[in-house]
Amino acid sequence: MMGRTIVIDPGRCIGCQACVSACRECDSHRGKSMIHLDYLDQGASVASSPTVCMHCEDPVAPCAQVCPAEAILVTPDGVVHDADKSRCIGCGNCVSACPMGVPKIDLEAKLQFKCNLCYDRTSYGLAPMCATVCPTGSIFYGTLEELRTERPGVEVASTFDFDGSIISTGVAMVVPRGRPVDEPLPGGAGEHARVTGSPQPAGHLEPSADNVLGDPL
Amino acid sequence: MTIPLDPNITPPGTGRFRDAGGLPADRWRAIRGEETLVATHCCFCGVQCGMYLRVHDGKVFGVEPRDHDINRMRLCPKGLNAYQQVNHPDRLTAPLYRQSRADDLRPVSWEQALDTTAEHIQRIQAEYGRDAFGMLGGASLFTEKTYLVGKFARVALRTRHVDYNGRLCMVSAAGANKLSFGIDRAANPFADCLLSDCLLIAGSNVGECFPVMTQYLWGARDRGAKLIVIDPRETSIARTADIHVALRPGTDAAFFNAVLHVVITEGLTDEAFIAEHTTGWDEVRTAAAECPPERAAEICCIPVEQVTQVARMFATAGKAMAWHARGIEHHTQGVENCLTVINLCVATGNLGKPGAGYGTITGQGNGQGGREHGQKSDMLPGGRNISDPVHRMQVADIWGIDVEDLPQAGTSMMEMVHQMRRGEIRGLFGMCNNPFVSLPNYTVVKEGYDALEFHAQCDFFLSETAANAHLVLPVTSWAEDDGVMANAEARVVRHRKAQEPLPGVRTDTWVLCELARRLGAGDKFAFADSEQVFEELRIASRGTVNDYYGITYARLDETGGIAWPCPTLDHPGTPRLFEGGKTYHADGRVHLQAVRWHPPADPYDDTYPMTLTTGRTVAHFLSGNQTRRLGGLVEQTPRPWVEVHPSHGFANGDAVTVVTRRGAATFPALVTEAIRPDTVFVPYHWPYPVAANELTIDALDPRSKIPEYKVCACRIEPADAVTAVPAPPMPPGREPYADTQRSRGEPLPPTSSQGRGTSEP
Repeated sequence: MMGRTIVIDPGRCIGCQACVSACRECDSHRGKSMIHLDYLDQGASVASSPTVCMHCEDPVAPCAQVCPAEAILVTPDGVVHDADKSRCIGCGNCVSACPMGVPKIDLEAKLQFKCNLCYDRTSYGLAPMCATVCPTGSIFYGTLEELRTERPGVEVASTFDFDGSIISTGVAMVVPRGRPVDEPLPGGAGEHARVTGSPQPAGHLEPSADNVLGDPL
Repeated sequence: MTIPLDPNITPPGTGRFRDAGGLPADRWRAIRGEETLVATHCCFCGVQCGMYLRVHDGKVFGVEPRDHDINRMRLCPKGLNAYQQVNHPDRLTAPLYRQSRADDLRPVSWEQALDTTAEHIQRIQAEYGRDAFGMLGGASLFTEKTYLVGKFARVALRTRHVDYNGRLCMVSAAGANKLSFGIDRAANPFADCLLSDCLLIAGSNVGECFPVMTQYLWGARDRGAKLIVIDPRETSIARTADIHVALRPGTDAAFFNAVLHVVITEGLTDEAFIAEHTTGWDEVRTAAAECPPERAAEICCIPVEQVTQVARMFATAGKAMAWHARGIEHHTQGVENCLTVINLCVATGNLGKPGAGYGTITGQGNGQGGREHGQKSDMLPGGRNISDPVHRMQVADIWGIDVEDLPQAGTSMMEMVHQMRRGEIRGLFGMCNNPFVSLPNYTVVKEGYDALEFHAQCDFFLSETAANAHLVLPVTSWAEDDGVMANAEARVVRHRKAQEPLPGVRTDTWVLCELARRLGAGDKFAFADSEQVFEELRIASRGTVNDYYGITYARLDETGGIAWPCPTLDHPGTPRLFEGGKTYHADGRVHLQAVRWHPPADPYDDTYPMTLTTGRTVAHFLSGNQTRRLGGLVEQTPRPWVEVHPSHGFANGDAVTVVTRRGAATFPALVTEAIRPDTVFVPYHWPYPVAANELTIDALDPRSKIPEYKVCACRIEPADAVTAVPAPPMPPGREPYADTQRSRGEPLPPTSSQGRGTSEP
């Protein structure tokens, strides 16, 4: 996973779609959301999870590898960008290649759209819009150390097993308590990420006025 | 002036914030490129998240997260889409008038509209008496405007009939708080959740109705706190709670009495606290003794061991807090339900401490501020009682009127509708409410409004209620005027004008002052702007329990919000009440009230064996007049549904008719195990013929007069087709903005109660 990245915790997600609305506010794709918000357990519970671009590290960016127009740039910081609008031919190869189902083709514009980790914001040191507004911290942006300061003892994973093919990603997911740390998460269509049974591990810190959310200003 | 941020007096978790917005407080307008960021708050729920409105060329065009310590940049989908209302193509920009309801509404000049209104008021009052003209306000208005609604009714209209839509929202909690504590507000700030060891949430779908408050619940759990949720549905916060008590709607008092019973029998009460700080404990103990867990389990239809589990978890926690909302308040026993929660907190000594206490989560943005300063039928500014001779004299002096001319207490909102049906109220001025969607028993409400000889309604979109009126006055949205609101923590926050009102639109303040002038009371309503009203409100609340005297616009700009009571200009405000166990009663004690459960008003029988309960969904707000016009929110949740348990044999999307003694309505089924088998749920944001409130009962709590929205008897039947969702009303000749309405024809229910999943093909 990347140093400063998004970490998704489905256990905290309340399915409110603030991330979806926030993504629409981006100045580079106003009115169009790049986030996928799935209700995982339809008919049984209100469990939900957001999906952003996972910024695949190994193999690096399958979407970029299959792009015949070489429109998808991977910057040295590990961010897999959306297709350059001046190069994209709207062929949809990236849609087929993505193991996570992230990129979408706008058929009218004949262009690909996908999450680029809000490069306009992150390159200025701001958090992506979805992680900024997420009411529950289900979409977290920061380093693993920062995450663990806020949520003591939390474990994350950033490898996925697609029928034996292991993919490691720049974006990580919080995993349920007690799950073996090195075991890749199940990947692939129809197999949803298991919803964590509780928002996070029980805390190890005694509650006090100093243990407030976030860093001091 | 600078206010010291002493960590001992500011709530934990907020003391390190130097200002309200992550920007130097004296420079709250930051220029970013070509745009201006205006620091303000959301217009919607009682959390009152801080936000920046992005303004370019004098127009609001976007939103930017703001690091205010209430929300720390977090926003929900409603807040993120809120700005789209300001320059929305559906906005009303000219007054509309018609002689009779048979005619079409036609644009008229403001002069004509106000003259006509004044003529109708004077004619009706001359013919039928002053009380024949009524007024209804709302709790989404700024506090200044809610003060003006009350003053206008008493001083300009001189009618006793004034009330507001908080009557449908906050009054049960308000009644219970006043009885127990002598003050009506939440006792602890949200940030206290982070210091708590056990949070009990009763009747509040926090994840959907107050999404940004969820961070406080999860933050508490990160630090090891337990979470108990009492809700007939498995909501997003109930899903992972340590204990989720899915009780039958309308049984809350029995449950909490039984929890107290276990607390007492297991010796978990805080006897020292009870002895030192309460009255009425013996009666409460007797009432609890009558309700052992077995009896509650039978009434609530829950496993008996849950009662004991909740009692032990709550009473043995070092610091425990209880928060509740409409789920236990919207009942004929609403006040008493709240009292049972208060009794539990007090009996376990959980009051007035960091991380230990009690709160109600106000629904509307200004649900707290809107109920404090006199638009309630029985109240005068500063939370004064209109029946108290001393209070009457004080307010008459402040307003410069003869105390004999100050009307007596009026009736509640639903009672006023019945008076309209009976011809006792012949004319009505409505401001900031939409009773055609929000009041129960729609048929009766329609009859009441149809019987009015003259009905004027102020709004910025044409609501279902306004569409039925004789006169519609187009007023400002929240971003076009200055003002304050008090959030669910009773923290007074400052909303800022981000752009000039649209052409043809006036502020509610201007409308009331102009009307008062025409009614001969112009000298009492010489207000040029909200700040002048606020200055009068400060004085009118001085020395009362709801003391705003120490709060000024300048101080709010410097601090990002001050919790009342704030009696002097150097007072830091009161984020936490009851420290040291001291209440606002004369004896300083908690006046405990014994409660005995009784069944809901609508009886079950073979024809109506099931329970209908209603509530909100995350993408919409109250009567939906605002959110049903915002494209992103319509797309997320285009239509209402009926939530049913799979045991009834329906498939997802089947048309199901819900029938009650008052009406029937057909919705697509959202089949889910996340609801009790004996209960169905319908969200209430949509109008007739897909309105939950065609079905609900207009039975009222005898004390708070809140309607029993949360429980009535019903049955469900298969139907041939679902009913289509009507378009939001528009003036004749105009269509609602098509781009926002594309998803409205959707016949299927949403994927989950929070909306439609976005990655489905």
